[in-house]
Amino acid sequence: MSNYILRRVLLSVPTLLAISAIIFAILALAPGDPLSQLALNPGIPESTRQLIRTQFGLDDPWPVRYWKWLTSLLRGDWGFSFSSRSPVIDIVMQRVPQTLQVVGFAYLLAVVLAIPIGILAAVRQYSWFDQLATVFSFVGFSVPSFFTGLLLMLVFAVRLKWFPIVYDSLLGFGSGAEVMAQLRQMAMPVTVLVVQQTAALTRFTRSAMLDNLGQNYVRTARAKGLPYQRVVLRHVFSNSLTPIVTLVAISIPTIFGGAIITENLFRVNGLGALLITSINNSDTPVVMALSFVFAVLMVFSNLVADVMYGVLDPRVRYD
Amino acid sequence: MKLKALPTSIAVLVLSALVLGACAAPAPAAAPAAAAPEATAAPAATEAPAPTAVPAATEAPAATEAPAAGGKLKILYWQAVTTLNPHLGTGTKDFDGATVILEPLARRNELDELVPYLAAEIPSVANGGIAADGTSVTWKLRPGLKWSDGSDFTIDDIIFTWDYCKDEATACTTLSNFQPIKAIDAIDATTVKITWTEPRADPFISFVGAQGMVLQKKQYGACIGGAALTDAACQAANIAPIGTNAYKLKDFKPGDVVLYDRNPNFRDADKVYFDEVEIKGGGDATSAARAVCETGEVDFSWNLQIPKAVLEPILAAGKCDSIAGGSFGVERVVVNFANPDPALGDKRSEPDQPHPFLVDLAVRKAINLAIDRQAIADQMYGPTGEPTCNTLVVPEAVNSPNTKCDRDVDAAKKLLDDAGWVLNGSVREKGGVKLITTLVTSINTLRQGEQAIIKSNLAEIGVQVNLKAIDAGVYFSGDQSNPDTLNKFYSDLQMYTNGPDGTDPQAYLQGWTCAEMNSSANKWQKGNDGRYCSKDYDALYAQLKGEMDPAKRAEIAIQMNDVLSNDVAIIPLINRRTPNGKLKTLLGPTYNTFDSSLWNIAAWSR
Repeated sequence: MSNYILRRVLLSVPTLLAISAIIFAILALAPGDPLSQLALNPGIPESTRQLIRTQFGLDDPWPVRYWKWLTSLLRGDWGFSFSSRSPVIDIVMQRVPQTLQVVGFAYLLAVVLAIPIGILAAVRQYSWFDQLATVFSFVGFSVPSFFTGLLLMLVFAVRLKWFPIVYDSLLGFGSGAEVMAQLRQMAMPVTVLVVQQTAALTRFTRSAMLDNLGQNYVRTARAKGLPYQRVVLRHVFSNSLTPIVTLVAISIPTIFGGAIITENLFRVNGLGALLITSINNSDTPVVMALSFVFAVLMVFSNLVADVMYGVLDPRVRYD
Repeated sequence: MKLKALPTSIAVLVLSALVLGACAAPAPAAAPAAAAPEATAAPAATEAPAPTAVPAATEAPAATEAPAAGGKLKILYWQAVTTLNPHLGTGTKDFDGATVILEPLARRNELDELVPYLAAEIPSVANGGIAADGTSVTWKLRPGLKWSDGSDFTIDDIIFTWDYCKDEATACTTLSNFQPIKAIDAIDATTVKITWTEPRADPFISFVGAQGMVLQKKQYGACIGGAALTDAACQAANIAPIGTNAYKLKDFKPGDVVLYDRNPNFRDADKVYFDEVEIKGGGDATSAARAVCETGEVDFSWNLQIPKAVLEPILAAGKCDSIAGGSFGVERVVVNFANPDPALGDKRSEPDQPHPFLVDLAVRKAINLAIDRQAIADQMYGPTGEPTCNTLVVPEAVNSPNTKCDRDVDAAKKLLDDAGWVLNGSVREKGGVKLITTLVTSINTLRQGEQAIIKSNLAEIGVQVNLKAIDAGVYFSGDQSNPDTLNKFYSDLQMYTNGPDGTDPQAYLQGWTCAEMNSSANKWQKGNDGRYCSKDYDALYAQLKGEMDPAKRAEIAIQMNDVLSNDVAIIPLINRRTPNGKLKTLLGPTYNTFDSSLWNIAAWSR
């Protein structure tokens, strides 16, 4: 097992290098300028903008810039953000708590909700509960988050005034009132995300369970006189876990990718919102840092998922 | 029996999950409890429906703590502040964020008049501050100024700010405001003389307004040149400047939120109303408008740049006032005098390649006459713009009264007929040249609406318009390797907004002189994207450059505007008055053309 893990880790190095080079190349070839917001301002002539591009090293060909980026990264230096002229790493780290709080919590909630719903829907296939769960999954799956988000905002913030439109990232968890305010401001973005993620996971759990429910070993277990509940939870569910765990593990990095649309809509200044504003402002160092960290997490969680296979399914051996 | 037990246990699981979920979405009854702390932060605000019994207990102590003045001022920008060093700013939001902390010598108010800030008075020829020959300006400072860290503000700080930005390696966005300075001398402790490299009529280019804020030498002393970007201490300083204005920095998350609190060393500290100011950023303009006008969560919302159909119902909710005035710039259609035909290859849109039909004054005049400015204003802009025929609309003194641009389709048709452009099908042509144009602009709901109106307007006179929209990030990027930038202008017509940067229009008007024509030779880095070139205009520009008397300068500027209008060098459409929104209870905010929207934030109150 440890040999296998070591091999996979070593193999991931060239993968990550290739990923980072490709992202860098795309960013370098994409048009844009850190100062494009001030374009046309006669007080900031084109020559000043050109000068700033030169100071940022944007005039070098992209392989040179990539090499510089890579070598400084190996020294632990993520560079500085073009738009705030402060270290990228600080800016990224500042966003992690908010993303974990909203996107991470939503994901947790989605898993906790989806698995029982999926199991019940499979056990009671075609019952009213299953039908209802199916309808909800398809609605959650097909309605885009910018629509649900705007709808929630109009109903619960503008009309009913239950929840705020503006997310306050300066709030702590110091007092009961603060915790309540946190929950209020998290309510809408979390709901949007939960609706989407629960939908996918529910369907997945349901079909994984259905695959196993008809198997002969289920009948054998029942024939031995095992209680049905035990058969479902111990035998069928354990055997259905493999695909579910894969999906859950592979989706974990997407938490750190943030929820671009939802975060932006509700002004939750997490990693997703940072990524999209940085792309819009051509803030290459920030975009590189975010996408590279994302790539590392992706590779890592794939590895975790593969290792989990071995744990969950004794037939899988890594030697 | 046992078969029934399974659904029950699963139901328990689901139920517990739902209970967890309920924590995220508390019942409405819980809302008033959470509203209490907000109510202390914003006493005049919005949580009126809260039942009186519940918050009474929590509000009572808060009421004794909060004086008549105080509380938190909440400002919402849909672009977030990313740096607080204005000289390294990359957008209006950065200049505005820094304005709360830092000050220039003087600022412009909503009437475009100068108001002294660090200066004790505004220099003039009469008080001897402005040298009659235009070679220098002498400012008197307020005595006893202090930085928020308690140290003294000195002329060294002013000289330092110039040193900091004039070094090209610092990469100051505001570089052009410091380039005309030859020397800065301290005459005495409160008198500073700025000498220009060449005589200039406008002495208020440096250290005035949002681009002239003074940095503290003590804090940034080691940050001149490349260190400004790479040195850790300088990077920290860029997001936490020490200032002289009414508020100092308390907390800053770049790209998200800035929190300021009172600066105890501010010269008028006792007149400052709010205890704290918060500028939250991000999201979109529409929900920003809702947050001030419908939910009242924030006190002030910047730049509500939304199509009229969406904005008007939001404003109608009645909680807010929109503050619109001055000019955010003139939306215009620029005419290409050079030929953008792709068949020309490298010679495309070069100044020596005349456009096949737009060089014909009759065609340009006809297009100008056919466009329905009033319809664009009524349908797309509403309170945020009004039709204009002028290239230069601000300050009021240079807004030409001589131009007219009422829509007249018949006159336009007659002009084209007389010039020999005859209708062939739906498009006019002459000698095999068809009046088929491409109108390019940035991707933006408003602009696509305008494009559609212009297309149908011009179809009426037999000019076909093909529409094209480019991502704003590309269109405004100035990227030399991209063919779709407005600087290259590889099309016949293009539409965007621009306006002068200061009350003196010289730099702006320079953008139509022959020397400024964009071409591959100057890497399309000049200001004249239409490749317009006129001897009359150049002569007037030379005259303007040499004239020192403000009244005469205004006269010349109006003449230059009229030349552009009569020649239809560009087609001005709309004077944009992008509004800010404020709660009705908030006092102080004004519109402002040439300075930050937060220029007078020290005086805001409830």
